[in-house]
Amino acid sequence: MTTSETSRDVPLVQDQRLLGRRDVMPTVAAALGAAGVAILCWAVIGWHSALGVAVTTFVSFVVILTLAEFMARDADEVDLVEAERGEGEVADERPPEPDSELEPEQLPPVVLAAVPDAADVGDEPEQDRPVKRKKVRGSDLVEGLVAAFVAAAFAELLRIVFRMDSLVGVVIWWYIAFLFVYFLLVRDRADSESALDHVVTVVVWSFAALVSAVLVWMVLFVLFRGLPKLAATFFTQDLSKVGPLSPGGGAKHAIIGTLEQVGIATIIVVPIAILTAIYLNEINGRLAGPVRFVVDSMSGLPSIVAGLLVYTVLVTSHGFSGLAGSLALVILMLPTVTRTSEEILRTIPGGLREGGLALGAPEWRLARRVVLPTALAGLVTAVILGVARAIGETAPNDVSNIGADTTNTSPVHGPQDDLPLFVWKLIRSPEDTQVKRGFTGALVLVMLIFVLFVIARLVANRGQRKLGRVR
Amino acid sequence: MTLTDSVEMPVGPVAPAATGSKPATLETINLSAWFGKRKVLERCSLTMEVRHVTALIGPSGCGKSTYLRILNRMHEVIPGAQISGRVEIDGVDIYGAELNATQVRKRIGMVFQKPNPFPAMTIGENVLAGLKLSRSSVSDKVALTEECLTRAGLWTEVKDRLHEGGMTLSGGQQQRLCIARALAVRPQVLLMDEPCSALDPISTRVVEETIGELAHEITIVIVTHNMQQAARVSDRCAFFLVEEFGEPGRIIEFSETKKMFEEPDDPRTLDYVLGRFG
Repeated sequence: MTTSETSRDVPLVQDQRLLGRRDVMPTVAAALGAAGVAILCWAVIGWHSALGVAVTTFVSFVVILTLAEFMARDADEVDLVEAERGEGEVADERPPEPDSELEPEQLPPVVLAAVPDAADVGDEPEQDRPVKRKKVRGSDLVEGLVAAFVAAAFAELLRIVFRMDSLVGVVIWWYIAFLFVYFLLVRDRADSESALDHVVTVVVWSFAALVSAVLVWMVLFVLFRGLPKLAATFFTQDLSKVGPLSPGGGAKHAIIGTLEQVGIATIIVVPIAILTAIYLNEINGRLAGPVRFVVDSMSGLPSIVAGLLVYTVLVTSHGFSGLAGSLALVILMLPTVTRTSEEILRTIPGGLREGGLALGAPEWRLARRVVLPTALAGLVTAVILGVARAIGETAPNDVSNIGADTTNTSPVHGPQDDLPLFVWKLIRSPEDTQVKRGFTGALVLVMLIFVLFVIARLVANRGQRKLGRVR
Repeated sequence: MTLTDSVEMPVGPVAPAATGSKPATLETINLSAWFGKRKVLERCSLTMEVRHVTALIGPSGCGKSTYLRILNRMHEVIPGAQISGRVEIDGVDIYGAELNATQVRKRIGMVFQKPNPFPAMTIGENVLAGLKLSRSSVSDKVALTEECLTRAGLWTEVKDRLHEGGMTLSGGQQQRLCIARALAVRPQVLLMDEPCSALDPISTRVVEETIGELAHEITIVIVTHNMQQAARVSDRCAFFLVEEFGEPGRIIEFSETKKMFEEPDDPRTLDYVLGRFG
């Protein structure tokens, strides 16, 4: 028991000491020191040359780091000696608590190894908790900060020396320098393998953060610009009775149009797309190759061409209508939904199909009863992607359905507005009131997409949760 | 664990009243098989008797799984797969005009190496999946579910959770669920392709007990790599072997399991069952 305690605990404690003292402290000290030097130069002495201050800061950082490294190495040796000697003292100083060994970081490693009745430690219920392993250690953060600081100095240097005016360029150089310095710092503490690991982690995280930031920025932008005009009347009025400068007015006609047009398009697309996906993946007949080629080509079709096609075929003979807009959207949605559905069906294990066939199922019933239900969540995602593609399309609707300012609930008779058209028309207006309405329309569009996504997810997850398949 | 269950079940040559279909003899005559141009089986003739467990043994790649899949027309699902020869169930050619593939598969069930319960169905729905998939009707679904799960040795474990998903079960339970699912369509023959290879020893024992009880009611053909398992569960054994690399697999020997493991006619069979090659 004692030996097993030893072998388990000692490396852990040593590890903490290693990180806690010898490696983090020097970098912290150096960073703080260098920051101090920078402040001293700039604010106190009043030396206002950015280049000079940056170089001085960098140099002082390196110097302090080197010094601290030396000091830490000396202190280490002292620590070890003290740890061995101080065993008795530590135990004496503390009140004789039976569970004192529960706080290993306060005791030198040797104490744990030497506790004679370590057996009763195992009986403590507190011992049997899941250990929370920190994914980001304090040292990582400190190294990150230091690297960021050094990289900032480097970027500043570049900016001055090469007279870089573009902020983007400086930021990119800063990022590269940051990764490089961070790599060196971690390699110094551990090895190049884990340094590379750290750097890749940082890269992955920062790009994920970048994408999220762009998204959040866009949503916030629309929110800030659109929110002031968002009122209940925006959903109950249209633009038929309001002038460009008068208050009020809303997007009722456009919301109705969007829901009807996208709804009709989805109803047309879903069966065609899923049946095509089943043909491509489940039946995989002789025409699968050509069909796949056509679908792929369709997905590259510019949306204005889809609009023109519908215009030529339908609008010239039957006039503008919401339905014409829907059909243009069908052309755009079909390839997205088909190919995504096909990929989803491909992820269904072949074992399930064999299991179904071996029970005497004809292929189409196998697809309906086994393959499609299993793929449901993924298929919902596929449809969502298609809807998301279609709901924001402006060009095909402009060509095939021109838009309107009055409420037209019938998708088959006469032009019908929708939200993208509404936004596009108003945002180009020279009048501020109109532009604000346009932004509010954009906000409603974003909210609409969001609500659709949430509803679709909930519907798809409900069946899955029942079967215990949701993570 | 299933001792009490087995007492209630009809044993011996009398098929359960509810079954409706009698177990059938399966026979192959000069059966050869190809994948594209590659011949994998040559002139295999076997008779799998009613209410017997026939084990197919042999090293990997000798064509036993292919042979098994030919027996319920699952072989033809693979592109490029071809056969020659005859496979007869009670004297009727399963590749003939009288029967189509789905009819054959309803009469000859199959349990796969890897458990494959349907993830989108509950445990109860999984048992009855075959009925739904083959459009068979049954008067009492509840009774059928209980009967099949009992025969598969799973009833006591799942009777309170029939509405949970099929994937919530452990691997061994999933495999027994697949056996129950196969039994629910009342097959006359049950084919098993290494049914225990993904299972732990305890689940394996339960599945073997299940096989032992089912053997009284239907014809069973089992592919196994486990010699002990073949010796434990089977009445007869067929030994498949590829004699030279690149040649198709052939049946080297077919006889009573006891004879096969104690005094086989062919020295290669003895080598294999004793683990000296393969």
